[in-house]
Amino acid sequence: MMTRLAAGLVVLWVGGAAAGGGGPQHRPPSLPAGTISGKVTYTGTLPKLRPIDMAKEPNCVTQHPTPVMTQDAVTGPASSVRYVVVYISAGDQGAPAATDTVHYDQKGCLYIPHVAAMQVHQPLAIFNDDPHSHNIHPLARVNPEWNKSQPKGAPAIRTSWDQPEFIPVKCNVHPWMHGYFVVLATPHFAVTDSTGEFSLAGLPPGKYTVTAWHERFGTQSQEVTIGGSETKTANFVLTARPY
Amino acid sequence: MKPQTRWMSLVSACGAVLLLAGVTPAPAAAQEAHVGTLTGHAAAGQALYTRYCAGCHGDDGDAQGENAQWIDPKPRDFTLATFKCRSTPSGSLPTDQDLYNSVERGFVTTNMPPWVALTPQNRINLVAYIKTFAPRWRTAKPGTPITIPVEPTATIQSILHGRQLYQRLECWKCHGPAGHGDGPSAHELTDSKDDPIRPYNFQTGSRFMCGTTNQDLYRIFMTGLDGSPMPSFADQLSPAEAWDLVHFLRTLQPLKTRESAIWHEWAATHAGELKPIGPEGGGQ
Repeated sequence: MMTRLAAGLVVLWVGGAAAGGGGPQHRPPSLPAGTISGKVTYTGTLPKLRPIDMAKEPNCVTQHPTPVMTQDAVTGPASSVRYVVVYISAGDQGAPAATDTVHYDQKGCLYIPHVAAMQVHQPLAIFNDDPHSHNIHPLARVNPEWNKSQPKGAPAIRTSWDQPEFIPVKCNVHPWMHGYFVVLATPHFAVTDSTGEFSLAGLPPGKYTVTAWHERFGTQSQEVTIGGSETKTANFVLTARPY
Repeated sequence: MKPQTRWMSLVSACGAVLLLAGVTPAPAAAQEAHVGTLTGHAAAGQALYTRYCAGCHGDDGDAQGENAQWIDPKPRDFTLATFKCRSTPSGSLPTDQDLYNSVERGFVTTNMPPWVALTPQNRINLVAYIKTFAPRWRTAKPGTPITIPVEPTATIQSILHGRQLYQRLECWKCHGPAGHGDGPSAHELTDSKDDPIRPYNFQTGSRFMCGTTNQDLYRIFMTGLDGSPMPSFADQLSPAEAWDLVHFLRTLQPLKTRESAIWHEWAATHAGELKPIGPEGGGQ
């Protein structure tokens, strides 16, 4: 399971204070923190994944001994769903942006990871590890849309996003390259791997809305109340649909 | 209370709530644009927009005008506040001057004509009105225009280096080895609304998407054409390299330019030394 909960933020949440008003809130160190964990699965009919034809870019063909399948509906054992972003969509008391850098790579004409979740204002570094050019084109609507070339060997593009948004990303030169920047207000989020499991830790007592988002299977939410140092389970069953 | 009175009360109450909450009604009619000594007013631009622009760009600026379905490439969607021709970096709003220039110049290879028949005051009024369609105009300022240094004199060395850059930066993948807009990615390109779009064909003539001069071409590399597949190369090209690329691209046009004269004179005796541009080429 890939958890994108910055360690520094956990420290802030556990160690901080809860007076009202703006800015970081500090809590007594002894205040308990709970965890919401679970698994994302699907029901329904999966779209039939197609092999990606990279013939136009021989460098990328050679990097994949077996054909790569489209990544917009990746599932695992026991109907688990990969690349689901699970996050606190309500009830969160807010926190300063994480300072660790989210890495987003272009390698083998794929975006790695396919879905990158991050907090508003969190540093983002975009790399090109391919021996040829890409253009990275985040199709933002709330945040500014931009489009930059990144040739072979170019330094990382370092940026961040000011507003929460689910931003599709594409490379115009290699039209099969699709990914997402998921920019969230909360520091509590996770992206599922092939097990479909997630864990949101460091949650102070309170009532939360937990939301699971998948680019093709949509969004689901449920309410979870954390009373103290406990782990609550929140499983999601998303509805798959064919193309 | 009569139904009409109740309705009016509800509207008043909503207005009061908005005011109490500190929400200011969208000051669309108050939007202005400034170019030189001209000041444009959105309120004055609205009627002009309805008459001259809405047929393609739509009454709401959302590119859903009645003509839009027949137009390729599609009209600009003003609700996104994303514009191709800017003097500002990729991702930033254009200046009023940029929008004014676009209205005046039009866009070659598209259905957008040069609106030179409108008076300067009418054009600046239209610019002010265009800025009412997206909330970003009220929360963000235009970017800082890029600096364009003085152009060095074109030489065969600058043209050949520009040719190497055309290969290394893989411009040919969209624009084609000879700049004919027929690179291997050309037929699959889409804009930011997933509508098909063609790369620029340098055989088209003297006009580029955003102007006609070498400075205009330099600016296109550095700012990119936001909303289209053309990215910004500002992080990848030094000013000297960008000028070299300009000099090479001028040789791809069917024009008698200084650059093409230098190029043809050199190529008459050295063409065999060139590596081809493209997947197997080195661009040397």
